[in-house]
Amino acid sequence: MQSNVSLARRAYAIRRFALRMGEVQGQGYIGQALGVADVLAVSYFHAMAYRADDPTWEGRDRFYLSIGHYAIALYAALIEAGILPEDEIGTYGMDDSRMPMSGMAAYTPGMEITGGSLGHGLGIAVGAALGLKRKKNPAFVYNMLSDGELGEGSTWEAVMSAVQWKLDNLIAIVDFNDQQADGKTTAALAQMPEVGRWSAFGWFAQEVDGNDLDAVVAAFDAARHHDVAQPRVIICKSKMCKGVPFLEDREITHFVRVEPDEWTKALSILDEGKPT
Amino acid sequence: MNGQYLSRRQSKETPRTAPKGERLATSAMIASLDAEGRKTIAAPFGHALVDLAKDRDDIVGLTADLSKYTDLHVFAKAYPDRFYQMGMAEAVMISAAAGLAREGFTPFATTYAVFAARRAYDFIIMAIAEENLPVKIVCALPGLTTGYGPSHQATEDLAIMRGMPNLTIIDPCDATEIDQATRVIADHPGPVYMRLLRGQVPDVLSEYDYKFELGQAKLLRDGRDVLFVSSGLMTMRVLDAAKALQKDGVDCGVLHVPTIKPLDTATIIAEASKGGRLVVTAENHSVVGGLGEAVAATLMRAGVFVPFRQIGLPDAFLDAGALLTLHDQYGISVKALTASVKGWL
Repeated sequence: MQSNVSLARRAYAIRRFALRMGEVQGQGYIGQALGVADVLAVSYFHAMAYRADDPTWEGRDRFYLSIGHYAIALYAALIEAGILPEDEIGTYGMDDSRMPMSGMAAYTPGMEITGGSLGHGLGIAVGAALGLKRKKNPAFVYNMLSDGELGEGSTWEAVMSAVQWKLDNLIAIVDFNDQQADGKTTAALAQMPEVGRWSAFGWFAQEVDGNDLDAVVAAFDAARHHDVAQPRVIICKSKMCKGVPFLEDREITHFVRVEPDEWTKALSILDEGKPT
Repeated sequence: MNGQYLSRRQSKETPRTAPKGERLATSAMIASLDAEGRKTIAAPFGHALVDLAKDRDDIVGLTADLSKYTDLHVFAKAYPDRFYQMGMAEAVMISAAAGLAREGFTPFATTYAVFAARRAYDFIIMAIAEENLPVKIVCALPGLTTGYGPSHQATEDLAIMRGMPNLTIIDPCDATEIDQATRVIADHPGPVYMRLLRGQVPDVLSEYDYKFELGQAKLLRDGRDVLFVSSGLMTMRVLDAAKALQKDGVDCGVLHVPTIKPLDTATIIAEASKGGRLVVTAENHSVVGGLGEAVAATLMRAGVFVPFRQIGLPDAFLDAGALLTLHDQYGISVKALTASVKGWL
């Protein structure tokens, strides 16, 4: 049982919006969206400062999504946060939509950077964190990246740079679901030690169950309040398709196949578990 | 244009002997390539940036371990707290420049042209250009300005960068132009890639009452027989060649095109349309994908059919060695290009 009912409701809502978008296109990175919904709920409804009616408010915490194909999940969070309107769900991935399949800053309020070319987000976050410090702006920069992006050399350039500049206003969130396009992330490039290598580089590193809201909240709190001048990373072990058991049990792939009649079934199963 | 068949890389098994008498060493100093006795100015980019930064708090400098070799060390010394040494890591340097630009700063990021164009391309196009951020990427060792070989010779950087939407590309001629262009690009709201001559940089354009304007080609001299259309250091070369050819009764005009993108097609078309002249493009770059092909395509699209020749580097991995030798070998020295033009007339 989750002890934090209000966050559980937010995570449920994010999952539901994501499923409805997936239904619109008949496809989508729904496995990732369901898996990361709890982390997004904590980000947007516990950790971050922002103004729904002013997505570029100077005092906001920046949220950089470098995993472009996770856009479906972030759109869902932005809808729940009131930054995007719920009635645009039907446009997801359509011509002229503000919610394209891969996230781009130029298209969507609240989408801070253009993701999709993996391994870019953390480096951009380094520059933004430097810029915020120059302006004496106390906001945090969050970068959500995937375990697959840890294979990109540029990510590790950014890892070193963040330590060099003592970026205590930078929080990396690694969604570790061990899935990339061709299969298991851990079967493609060495990922061990998952936490130890970040601390070896000089980061304040934590690993949590990314679907345990209380644990995620505690990790975010520890990352924000950590009093050493070093960047912070939270490695969130998440389960693809979390919250919809029949999809969780499906052969796990990067791109989960959902049959046309299964969207309604998935929504009703999700609704059965709606937090009260 | 000499081809790959001349390359020294074809004869690895042949023993060599040390030269007797005068030796030409490998040098990366551009002044060593220029006409003897020409006036030079030290580090025009670095000094212009320092001057600009006096009134502009938004200007910051980043480098990937090449501040001394891009003249950014002048800025670093004047404004140490606005200088970011990013280490030998071009991806994060470019990405961080994008992040700083997102937060309202105007970053000048420096490295060598080979490393920006080749290694950092994906970060420049997606983190900077796709969002039209005002990052200025300023790169030393353009074209054939080092004898180190292909690892350092950016013979195809313009070909690579021209395909990038939103990007403004500058290939300045000399110290005067570098000083002026640095100030102009700082005010440009989008991303810029500028080739840089560093160290003691020849000053040529000051005697032409020159003013750099973004996107503008400038006719530096008129002539009846030949129209040179040139950029970068090749403008120095064709100005010298024009003087030499004048003595042989060949009257040459020089249209200097420092902005490679967006190209000043109107001026190029207007000048090339004045009939009776051989149009000769001259660039410190491969004949593939640079100024020459851009001018050719411009004229074809406009229906301007004129005799046309290209002076530029061959589509090849160039040799290592002394620059003076290499510039002769590849046809971009004053002597070599003058001979080429005479042969074409």
